Amino acid sequence: MPETRPVPFRGGGFNPAGWRWASWIAFAAIIAAWQLSSSSGLLPALFMPSPLAVLEALARLVETGALTRHLAASLQRIALGWAVGTLGGLAIGTAMGIFAVARSIGLPVTSALFPIPKIALLPLLILWFGIGEPSKVATIALGVLFPTIISTYTAIDGVPRNLIRMGQSFGLPAAMIVWKILLPGALPGILSGFRISSSIALILVVAAEMIGAEHGIGAFILAAGNLMQTDQLVAGVVLLSLLGLAVSFGLSRLERWLLRWR
Amino acid sequence: MDLIVREVSHRYGELRALEAVSLAVRAGETLALIGPSGCGKSTLLGIMGGLLQPSEGEVLTSGPLPEGCLNPFTYIFQDFALLPWRTVEGNVSLALEHHGLGAGERAERVASALALCGLAEFAHAFPKQLSGGMRQRVGIARAIVVRPALLFLDEPLSALDAQTRELLMEDLLAIWARERTTSIYVTHNLQEAVRLADRICVLSRRPGRVKEIVGVEVPREERANAEHARALAELQSRLWDLIRDEAAVADREMQNA
Ligand SMILES: Nc1ncnc2c1ncn2[C@@H]1O[C@H](COP(=O)(O)OP(=O)(O)OP(=O)(O)O)[C@@H](O)[C@H]1O
Ligand SMILES: [Mg+2]
Repeated sequence: MPETRPVPFRGGGFNPAGWRWASWIAFAAIIAAWQLSSSSGLLPALFMPSPLAVLEALARLVETGALTRHLAASLQRIALGWAVGTLGGLAIGTAMGIFAVARSIGLPVTSALFPIPKIALLPLLILWFGIGEPSKVATIALGVLFPTIISTYTAIDGVPRNLIRMGQSFGLPAAMIVWKILLPGALPGILSGFRISSSIALILVVAAEMIGAEHGIGAFILAAGNLMQTDQLVAGVVLLSLLGLAVSFGLSRLERWLLRWR
Repeated sequence: MDLIVREVSHRYGELRALEAVSLAVRAGETLALIGPSGCGKSTLLGIMGGLLQPSEGEVLTSGPLPEGCLNPFTYIFQDFALLPWRTVEGNVSLALEHHGLGAGERAERVASALALCGLAEFAHAFPKQLSGGMRQRVGIARAIVVRPALLFLDEPLSALDAQTRELLMEDLLAIWARERTTSIYVTHNLQEAVRLADRICVLSRRPGRVKEIVGVEVPREERANAEHARALAELQSRLWDLIRDEAAVADREMQNA
């Protein structure tokens, strides 16, 4: 019998399967290192509070009810502004996906207005609506509007034409084609647009609150900075991180539920 | 219902896709449409069912609609055209939802169409969970649930493997035997044409014209029998002779030239 050799294996690799505990261990290690540097005096408390100090600051915020007050103010602005901007963006984006006229007008206008950092409009909006809530909500709504228009329009444009033809071949009225074929088909794109628009809303609420507000996380962080209360300041930043995580988690659940057919 | 195509020509910009096509489809028959690739078969099918406006000519119907017909001109698509976010049941029911049927009658019609296509146990599955053959069965169920007067099939089996194709051909034959739906069947596959059609319309290469219409003499129910194998094979090779040269030229043409 002739000599045999095994076929060398060349597959494998390039397949990063998540390691479940890695993220927690990394977090713990970073926080432990931070705490150690603070306790040993390597990090001056004035510039960077220790994790324990931040935790204490958070606990005090909860006790005094300040946390609820600031969080409620910010969340209300985000919710209102995001809802208005999203509804407007869905409507305009859908119209642009369907009607040639809307597209020819909407595309250049959107391209011109999208790149403006919307916080630059806040002074103008304050002139229009006053220093109160409406100007902040309008800033967020504007910031959310344009990315939503673009993601909706792109998503509707990407719905396979053959599905529309199928709808027509079964005599579906135009409104039913939009409602039962175009919008569900665009849903994946629209939902991933929500990720972008929700993070924009978070940025804008903080910026708007820093420019002029009594309550809200942005106002709170700014006030803490002015008083050099770095433990409170970092507590506010941690709060923002948690808020962002919560929104992203909620969106993931929504996606998993709405797109379970994928 | 009869369908009459009169002097239909079609152009896409400068490109002439169809030239003065005239033919008549008789009620109850299955007409296969064959021809080299790019000769305008899909274009003709789209014009016949009112999805495409011909540049010239007209398409007429005559005769009564079948009883309970909701969508006279109904298509079965090569790529199935199922909505991935709807279950099998939901995809079939889509064709009924705008007709104002009661929920009970709709569910009944859907259930009987699913049963007829062997899909009863898959009613709640999503398309991605199904094999290609099962997906096309959903396409067929969605088409028969509206009791069409004319059924247009654009290469319905060409995305499937040979064995699945064989099974689905039998299903189609069984459905036609039951419902006697007038059908126009576009295919590349001469064997399919010879198995399924009553008459076969051969189109020339682009711009497509009717080159010849060939009847299949053997009754459909008997075509699987060994005694007819020879006659059918001869017919198939005659069809191949008809389109071979055209196909060879079409193959060398630039797309959209
Ligand atoms: N929407 C369109 N715009 C421009 N040209 C088109 C369009 N649709 C089809 N054509 C061209 O018209 C000709 C006929 O196309 P058609 O799809 O009807 O042919 P077919 O016989 O169905 O081809 P196949 O065998 O590949 O399915 C082809 O050359 C094709 O490139
Ligand atoms: Mg075709």
